[in-house]
Amino acid sequence: MSNGTSNNGTSKMEMRVTVSGEGDIVAARQAARQMAIALGFGSVDQSRIATAVSELVRNVVRYANGGRGEVLLHELPSTPRGVGIELVVADDGPGIADLDLALHPGYTTGPGLGMGLPGTRRLMDETTIDSSHGRGTTVTIRKWHR
Amino acid sequence: MVHVPIIRVADTLIATVQDELLDSDMLALQEDLAATLERSGVGGVLIDLSAAATVDSFLGRLLSDIATGARLMGANTVVVGIQPAVAISLVELGLDLKGVHTALNPERGLAWLLKMNDNRSGSNGRGQH
Repeated sequence: MSNGTSNNGTSKMEMRVTVSGEGDIVAARQAARQMAIALGFGSVDQSRIATAVSELVRNVVRYANGGRGEVLLHELPSTPRGVGIELVVADDGPGIADLDLALHPGYTTGPGLGMGLPGTRRLMDETTIDSSHGRGTTVTIRKWHR
Repeated sequence: MVHVPIIRVADTLIATVQDELLDSDMLALQEDLAATLERSGVGGVLIDLSAAATVDSFLGRLLSDIATGARLMGANTVVVGIQPAVAISLVELGLDLKGVHTALNPERGLAWLLKMNDNRSGSNGRGQH
């Protein structure tokens, strides 16, 4: 696990968590909560963001190539929607064969509940999934607050 | 690895779950609780989540599994102290912890366990009938 933080003056906040084992599920959600607090998100949003990251990083640890991947967390440029946080969870694992199925609550190919992806979509404002069979998975999630 | 201590108070086992616990720590707690139940023969398990800032689908399912396992061994389980933000996140995640009895705080949880175990000893013929 390696973490990096940068926030020099006016530049946007950015953090990175390398995922290589189950300890990084905790590391990633703590980093996400820390950044959410720094950006002024309230306690419910902090919990939503930390929970979503926990789900996504667990998917990496469970399903990706050797359980390896990366989480990039950064502050988004301010918009009329307010302040935003973006988290990009990426791996080069086997990819998701059928995205529609993977987004269906209760569907799983592993030992979990199949709540991760559909639940993450409900917890966050925007969720984008880029995956194809054999080419890894990148899930990008965003949350905004005024 | 973090070893979660299990405290016995009268007829109840108490375990406190924190945010920093790994999946494997929680699986170890599940086994420890079952083994301690067998050894001690108590009638109740109380799991305190007031220090857990994040409850995801893994932990949610494990709480259900712990409660089911304890019930199969004749003990009642109550989960207490779920923070408001955690409750909202769990609902949005799609987990309602059906089958897990919950209480606002440890005091109310213990009161429920006491009531349940009074009923239990009653049906065993040890109560006043």
